[in-house]
Amino acid sequence: MNTQFLLIQVFNGLVNGAFYALLSLGLAVIFGMLRIVNFMHGALYMLGAFVAFALGQILGLGFWPSLVLAPLLVALLGMALERTLLSRLYGLEPSYNLLLTFGLTLLTQDLVKQVMLSQYAVSSAPYTTPTVLTGVVNLGFVVFPKYRLFVIALALVVCLVTWFVIEKTRVGAIVRASTENPVVTRSLGIDVGKWVTGVFGVGVGLAGLAGVLAAPIYSVEPYMGAELIITTFAVVVIGGMGSILGSIVTGFAVGVLAAVGAAVYPPMANTLVFVLMAVVLLVRPTGLFGLPEGAR
Amino acid sequence: MKRSNINTLIATAALSGLILSPLGAASAQSLKLSNDLIKIGVLTDLSGVYSELSGQGSVKAAQMAAEDFMAKNKSFAGKVQVIGVDHQNKADVASNKAAEMIDRQNVDMLVDMPTSSAALAASEVAKTKKIPTFVVTGATTALTNEKCSKYTFHYAYDNYMLANGTGSAVTKRGGTSWYIIYPNYAFGQDLNRQMTAAIQDNKGKLVTPSDATPFPNTDFSTYLLKAQSLKPKIFGTMQAGNDLVNVVKQYNEFGLRQQGIGLGIGLLFETDVAALGQDAFAGAIATVPWYWNLDQRSRDWAARFEKAFGKKPTWAQAGVYSASTTYLQSVARAKSDNGDAVVKALEGHRFSDFFARSAYIRPQDHRMILDVYTVQIKPKAQAKENGDYFTKIATIPAAKAFMPLAESKCKF
Repeated sequence: MNTQFLLIQVFNGLVNGAFYALLSLGLAVIFGMLRIVNFMHGALYMLGAFVAFALGQILGLGFWPSLVLAPLLVALLGMALERTLLSRLYGLEPSYNLLLTFGLTLLTQDLVKQVMLSQYAVSSAPYTTPTVLTGVVNLGFVVFPKYRLFVIALALVVCLVTWFVIEKTRVGAIVRASTENPVVTRSLGIDVGKWVTGVFGVGVGLAGLAGVLAAPIYSVEPYMGAELIITTFAVVVIGGMGSILGSIVTGFAVGVLAAVGAAVYPPMANTLVFVLMAVVLLVRPTGLFGLPEGAR
Repeated sequence: MKRSNINTLIATAALSGLILSPLGAASAQSLKLSNDLIKIGVLTDLSGVYSELSGQGSVKAAQMAAEDFMAKNKSFAGKVQVIGVDHQNKADVASNKAAEMIDRQNVDMLVDMPTSSAALAASEVAKTKKIPTFVVTGATTALTNEKCSKYTFHYAYDNYMLANGTGSAVTKRGGTSWYIIYPNYAFGQDLNRQMTAAIQDNKGKLVTPSDATPFPNTDFSTYLLKAQSLKPKIFGTMQAGNDLVNVVKQYNEFGLRQQGIGLGIGLLFETDVAALGQDAFAGAIATVPWYWNLDQRSRDWAARFEKAFGKKPTWAQAGVYSASTTYLQSVARAKSDNGDAVVKALEGHRFSDFFARSAYIRPQDHRMILDVYTVQIKPKAQAKENGDYFTKIATIPAAKAFMPLAESKCKF
């Protein structure tokens, strides 16, 4: 096991890290603003990939239009769900949200499964990589698929833009204010409810985007989000619930950690993240980047 | 109903004992069927990852076998029924469903059973209820070794046959250095062991110990990059179904073939090739018990199946037809659907049909042996028609394709 090989794996880990970062960022945004633990996030990620697949089948749309359209459609669906269902539970304890979003997950998975089986007679469908991004590129230290490089780059850009908007702009200030103290914010003439719905849309849109990005790498199948979401929750816990920057940094870091772990000792690959989560919970219960509730 | 059923069974058992004794053989024999019906139970995956390669297609294949058999044997007209039940690839569900099919639906025989653990579970139940069971799609060699049963027959293929066929063919063709990954559960561990042995028997070597990957798994980039730096001649994947599709997809994505690293596949079904397109698999070698355009006989049957089902048969589905037919013929020979009588009629039986050539059911371990084929996947440009995936490299004769009896750990 030489250093160059480990370096290659560190680099490779950024790809999975990109997915973790996009997903945990969405979760963090939603939790930070709405105090909802969105268990449905994995299903919405899957839905992003499935919508891209369906857009290709029905309208003949390729990867690029789907990359924009599918996250938008997922965001719209998310907003509709927030308005019609989630908003009814805001006064109640968090476990109701958990049950609702978990139920919606099962429903979405089975619906997609039925549609795929009945309409396309497949249980998992391949999705073609866009032509410009097929093939590999020699980076000197490793021969790497072009598409995976694109995933890392795009995820980085999207994460940074999201972070910038929330932390550094007026829009972000309104959103943050709506969550810190909705009553005062409302008294300043800001429609908090509308912002909440929008923020939820952005959060699930990010999941949809991750799904479209995943489609050319992994097959599109109803349960593709089920596994990923568990690791993503671990990422969120490690980074600190609701911390925007924390979720991005931790997302990429966990991806790298898992890849290096898998290279060194494969059976460890899937457990490493949870070991880290347990350690973080013991040493720093609010997460690496999280602040205690009182200090917010 | 229940009681009369049991009585019939006992009576049949007694009678079949008579028939099989030299005395009875001379006397006039009449057909004895429980409930005056032979019921075939297709225990399969109707909704999950293996539903395309077995599933409804397996049920259809068994129905075709029943219809063909009744048409040829007038005394059985209207007496064979087929039901299909979903075991969801879970051992506990398979166990419950098998018991329910046998006790409540009076099934006389079980067939198909993808997923090794589910096949083992169903086989256990069938053993206590003395119901002949034909595992077609389950792969583990345990079925004819440690976990063998007097009532279980392993049809079509198993891990030994896959490893023996593919491991030696690839190594002999120059693929002498391997890096293997396998899914970390019973099937994968078994196949990795058998494959490693087959490679080493042919003077090949592993460049590094095989890696166990999580199961199920979607991202295999770590192992593909490892292969890239180890530069073995063959990257061997023991993954099956959706995991295999992901491995092969990413093998192409990382351009390993262009870097001179060939692909060795443990278990391949036609549906895997269909899922990715045959170019993704082109050049890879696999071992199969049958394929639809093997020869004219196979083509004829496949055409009938396609007409009835709408899709070309997989080898698993063809195997279910053959297994169901073999079972029905043994009932005809035994003149009874009593489990023990049928098992007697099956043991040592030699036959040949469109699916199974030089077939023989070994009485010692109930391994059904047949000629099998090492095939190479053609690039799309060389395919003459839709679904023309394989070029035959070699036929492995039945006697050499399966685990020698001397190595079997089976004791009934």
